[in-house]
Amino acid sequence: MARSALLAVGLLLGAAAPAEEPLRVFAAVSLTEAFGEIAGAFEKAHPGTPLEISFAGSQVLRTQIEHGAPADVFASADLVQADALRQAGTITRYDVFARNTLVVAVPANEPKVHDVRDLAKPGLKVVVAGPAVPAGLYTLQVLARLAGSGHYGDDYRSRVQANIVSEEPNVRLVLSKVALGEADAGLVYETDVLTAPAVKAVAIPEELNVSAEYPIAVVERSRAAARARAFVGFVLGDEAQALLRKHGFRGAADPADP
Amino acid sequence: MSGLARAESSRGLWAASSILIVFLAVPLASLVVAVPPGELAAQLASPMALRALALTLRTTIIATALCVLLGTPLAYLLARGRFRGRDILDTLVDLPITIPPVVGGVALLLAFGRRGLLGRHLDVLGIQIGFTTVAVVMAQVFIASPFFVKSARAGFEAVDRRLEDAARTLGASPAHVFVTVTVPLARPALLSGVVLAWARALSEFGATIMFAGNFPGRTQTLTLAVMTALESDLEAAAAISMLSLILAIGALLGAKRLGAGRGAPVA
Repeated sequence: MARSALLAVGLLLGAAAPAEEPLRVFAAVSLTEAFGEIAGAFEKAHPGTPLEISFAGSQVLRTQIEHGAPADVFASADLVQADALRQAGTITRYDVFARNTLVVAVPANEPKVHDVRDLAKPGLKVVVAGPAVPAGLYTLQVLARLAGSGHYGDDYRSRVQANIVSEEPNVRLVLSKVALGEADAGLVYETDVLTAPAVKAVAIPEELNVSAEYPIAVVERSRAAARARAFVGFVLGDEAQALLRKHGFRGAADPADP
Repeated sequence: MSGLARAESSRGLWAASSILIVFLAVPLASLVVAVPPGELAAQLASPMALRALALTLRTTIIATALCVLLGTPLAYLLARGRFRGRDILDTLVDLPITIPPVVGGVALLLAFGRRGLLGRHLDVLGIQIGFTTVAVVMAQVFIASPFFVKSARAGFEAVDRRLEDAARTLGASPAHVFVTVTVPLARPALLSGVVLAWARALSEFGATIMFAGNFPGRTQTLTLAVMTALESDLEAAAAISMLSLILAIGALLGAKRLGAGRGAPVA
């Protein structure tokens, strides 16, 4: 009786684990689709190395890693999180494997925003990622650049600020609020818009936009460092780079934005 | 049972209970230990924490009042009514407890959002609920009201109907009987329902972030503030968590005293 109960608990908790420990990859939520495919390609190329990918806001993943979460590889949406981990010695080096840029996501049906100037229209509902989220940090930079350009009026920044109704914990929640039509506009990555049919992108002028750099690193305390390095190498390789481009990312080798 | 056997069985009971006691106590104690008192004071004086606290108190008190106002008649109906579909109604009231709160938030969006079933008609009238404090209160009522209704219903069911009938034969109107006989007798259950609903509103997160979003002073309640702070500053997050803990302890102790003091069952 007690034994069968223990067995049941063991089964529930996954005691029947696969022979090989999975490689644990912590990845920015904007990488969801691209890394899903890259994982499939990697597992095909390296049989016996199952991947377990945990997607969340990069800042959340960083906090989890700082507090001892069992990550082997960290793929972040900005350098801030990776630099913080490097300073703490949690990672020793990173490679930029992809680039991205921001757009204004608007509902595909009857959008009220047609260019960045419209973000300042009174009564609009604009959703952004919170200031601790990489996408939120990029949003602050872009808004500062747009305001600083002088093209959109002196009070552009404060008028856009007045329209911001929510600071979401990750960029995909920004996207879903726009997809549901609850918000009129949201600042997200160029690649995010490709994942949501109900949403279309309004471009931000190239010279005022930012280039989001995605670093990838092996976590120092990883017990599967060799396999982790193999995965990082795979992400930087041709096959994965092609998959990233397919999902709208600019590759590591592509020229950076202005 | 002999004294020795009782002592032994009580020792066994303590041993069996200890795992859960420790499991519940250690994380809560860790929260307290994580924040030095000086740091707590500094963090709690931060605008983020103060605004979140004020918003949380305001919204949860309104939400709890709505739960009582709207939930009492429903609880009485479920306790006393004999009608077809009572089981369906009963299940409907239980559902918000069992579905994940995020699902509740999506459901609220699909009903009251700008493109929602009802929301699109409200939108025409110029009423938009999403991203407002009203949305926060609605999310809390949606998630918390079943807790009050269930508790109140159990309370009403436990009231001896003969006492109500006696009052009625003495000429009291149904409303008068309800206020002077039923409610006082069901008082402990009603109070515990109030506390349960308030506590659930206090900890509401999933439905709120979906339906109301996260904006300081408008929709950022304590739980959302903890989540936001967690992303950049673990100490601030722990301090705001402490604040929630203090509120919860206050509520539970207050409820115990109220329940013990005045709601004593009529012999």
